[in-house]
Amino acid sequence: MDEKIKAKIMDDKKMKRTLQRLAIEILERNREADKLALIGIQTRGVHVARRIQALIRELEGVEIPMGILDITMFRDDLHKHEHQPAVKKTQIDFAVEDRDIVLIDDVVFTGRTIRAAMDSIFELGRPATLQLAAFIDRGHRELPICPDFRGKYLPTARRERVKVMLQETDGKDQVLIMEPKGF
Amino acid sequence: MKDRTFRQDHLLGIEHLSVDDIETILETAEAFIEVSSRDVKKVPALKGKTVVNLFFENSTRTRSSFEIAAKRLSADLINFNSSVSSLKKGETLKDTVLTLEAMNPHIIVIRHSASGAPHYLTTFARSSIVNAGDGFHEHPTQALLDALTIRQRLKTLRGLKVAIVGDILHSRVALSNILLHQKLGNEIALVGPPSLVPVEFEKLGATVYYDIRRGVKNADVVMMLRVQAERGARNYFPSIREYRNLFAIDRPIFALAARRAILMHPGPINRDVEIETSMADSDQSVILQQVTNGIAVRMAVLYLLKGEIHEALN
Repeated sequence: MDEKIKAKIMDDKKMKRTLQRLAIEILERNREADKLALIGIQTRGVHVARRIQALIRELEGVEIPMGILDITMFRDDLHKHEHQPAVKKTQIDFAVEDRDIVLIDDVVFTGRTIRAAMDSIFELGRPATLQLAAFIDRGHRELPICPDFRGKYLPTARRERVKVMLQETDGKDQVLIMEPKGF
Repeated sequence: MKDRTFRQDHLLGIEHLSVDDIETILETAEAFIEVSSRDVKKVPALKGKTVVNLFFENSTRTRSSFEIAAKRLSADLINFNSSVSSLKKGETLKDTVLTLEAMNPHIIVIRHSASGAPHYLTTFARSSIVNAGDGFHEHPTQALLDALTIRQRLKTLRGLKVAIVGDILHSRVALSNILLHQKLGNEIALVGPPSLVPVEFEKLGATVYYDIRRGVKNADVVMMLRVQAERGARNYFPSIREYRNLFAIDRPIFALAARRAILMHPGPINRDVEIETSMADSDQSVILQQVTNGIAVRMAVLYLLKGEIHEALN
């Protein structure tokens, strides 16, 4: 589908400030830093999680464990795809049991990815708490899921797409709203 | 990561796969390795799908490997064992499969002593067919799990010398591996007695050696094949003792291979026939890693085939 840029929402400076606020909010809510762990959802959630991990290290001098989660296997729409979506790696090197886990994704939209991530985490153990940090919340939820930490709330039309671009994957930090051509 | 799409309806052999297909399967398998390290070794990807293991030849490891793979993907699995089936009562292969298909399975994993049996099924079956070994033809999942093991240990699948030693003539493992490494552009050395390694194999881009020392020299991968006594392999050489003297792998011969070479075997191994027992248990031996990788590769294949009921080819 051909898309064009509708609006640029954030540049690298704004993104950095928002990430810093998210890092502080996560620390504020979770006083026992030694119980805290971050889990980034493939692909961009992983990079957002790494940045938050680095910011926490700068702010507090503590190293919060971070894991990588691929939710493909737990999707509820596998039968709807013409071809199977690529499975990426999951790597969680710590026990989730009794930890305060913060799930991190770049965009929360329908909530179905988060539902799949929750199912996947519970296969690994029973965390003490499971929280959700989303860099962008673009609305249109189809499930009763609400982020605990929200970088920015961005009301969008359904046909639009929020594109969180990151240095690590896209060579540049910015957030764009895309819309189909012809609108 | 390149976004690849797997477009095959069946897995009949390495012959039909592109290099991209092979890499997609291996990358997917890498992701599945983690599932087997969890406490709860299960993901819901194939929930509600039915996999039939249709084995017309004895097999414990391949059959159980497919079984574990299907179950870790939450598929339902039926083992169909030919020795207790209606085949004994005179039913044909086609009727057996049509009967099974009337129960709407999604994937049929077949092992059969006739080369080409899986291909034949695709002419009338609506399920996805997976070849788990057909006669002297192919055993694609074995070659794929070997490739995954090589990539894990040597960090690459290119620019390698792969030596395959033993009964090449009757080995579907050998043929699938030859086809795979030919596609990847690797050097292939085939080693064994002339009766079991016909020079015609050179037409597949391999080099034939009757001297194991020359074949194994500088190899990055040394793949030993089992002497298949049950297939009459012993009629092809004078005695086991002579075979062992000429073609078994031991430390002095393995020392001729590349410095970080690995030793592989599809199993079951005949200790002190084709492989000296201390070699089988050495650090260079990856035999058990192959078994572990077998599950991940079979999970990847079952996942990528998806188990969608489709039109038969004709």
